[in-house]
Amino acid sequence: MTPIVIAFYLFAVSTITGGLMTVVSRNPVHSVLWLILSFLSSAGLFVLLGAEFVAMLLIIVYVGAVAVLFLFVVMMLDVDFAELKAEMTRYMPLALLIGVVILMQFALAFGAWDYSDGAADRIASPAGEIHNTKALGLLIYDKYIMLFQLSGLILLVAMIGAIVLTLRHRTDIKRQDIVGQMMRDPAKQMELKDVKPGQGL
Amino acid sequence: MDELLREYLPIIIFLGLAIGIGLVLILAAAIIAVSNPDPEKVSAYECGFNAFDDARMKFDVRFYLVAILFIIFDLEIAFLFPWAVAFADISMIGFWSMIVFLGVLTIGFAYEWKKGALEWV
Repeated sequence: MTPIVIAFYLFAVSTITGGLMTVVSRNPVHSVLWLILSFLSSAGLFVLLGAEFVAMLLIIVYVGAVAVLFLFVVMMLDVDFAELKAEMTRYMPLALLIGVVILMQFALAFGAWDYSDGAADRIASPAGEIHNTKALGLLIYDKYIMLFQLSGLILLVAMIGAIVLTLRHRTDIKRQDIVGQMMRDPAKQMELKDVKPGQGL
Repeated sequence: MDELLREYLPIIIFLGLAIGIGLVLILAAAIIAVSNPDPEKVSAYECGFNAFDDARMKFDVRFYLVAILFIIFDLEIAFLFPWAVAFADISMIGFWSMIVFLGVLTIGFAYEWKKGALEWV
C-alpha cells in the first residue's frame, strides 16, 4: 500500500459517506454540511488524478459558492418539517419507482460497457510535460472558443434572469441620491423669516 | 505525477492535524467536561424571555440575489485562471476571445448596476 493508495481509499470512503449522509440525515443543514465534505473529498480525488485545476475549481465554486447558496436556502426557507414528513410518505411509491428505473439504467449501462481500442492510450495525461492548468488554458480559449463564448452568454443570461426574477424596488423608503445630495446649494435650503412679535407666520 | 503529489504532502499533513485536533477537542469535551443538565439550563434562552418564534423565518429574496450574482462572477474568475497561466503561449484568438468574454460579462455588470441590483435597499 503506497501512500497514494491509502489517500485514495480515505478520500473515496469519505466521499461516499458524505453522499450517503447527505441523503440520510434528518436535518437539512447537516445534509448540506455532509455535501460539503463530499465535495472536498472529491477535490482530493481529483488531485490524486493529477487534475489540480479541477480540484481547486471544485473547492472554489462548489464549496465556496454553490454549497453556501444551498446552506443559505435551507436555513432561510420557511420549511415545516412535520409537513415535509407527511408529504414524503405520499411520494414514496413514486420515488421508489424512479430509484428502480435509475438502477435498471445503471445495470444496462454497466452491463453493456465496452472499451474502444484506442481508449487505453488516452488514459494517461495527454499534456505530458505541460502543467495541466496551462494545457487547459491553451485549449479552452482557442480550440473551443465557440463553447467558451457560449458559456459567457449563459452567464449573462443567468445574471439578467436573476435580476428580472428577484429584484423588487421598495417604494416606501428614502434612497440615497449621491449627485443630488452633493449638488445641493446650502444657500437655497434655508429661508429666514422675520417674525413680528405676537403675530406668527 | 509523483512529483506533483509530493507537493501536496504538507496539505495532507495539515488535513490530518486539523482532523486530529478537531476530534481531540470534541472527545475531550464529551469525556472530561462536567455535565449535569437541567431543563432550565438546556432550554432555549433569548435575553431572559422564552424564545418567541422558530429560527426559520422567511428572509428577503435580495440576499439570494446577491449570492447568485456572486456565483456568476466567481465562475468568471475561474475562467480567468487558465488564461492567465497560459498567457505567454496563448494565441491571438485566445487573447481576444477572453476579452470578448469579459466584455459580455461587463455588459451584464453594467445592467445590474444600472438596475440597482447592487444597491442594498
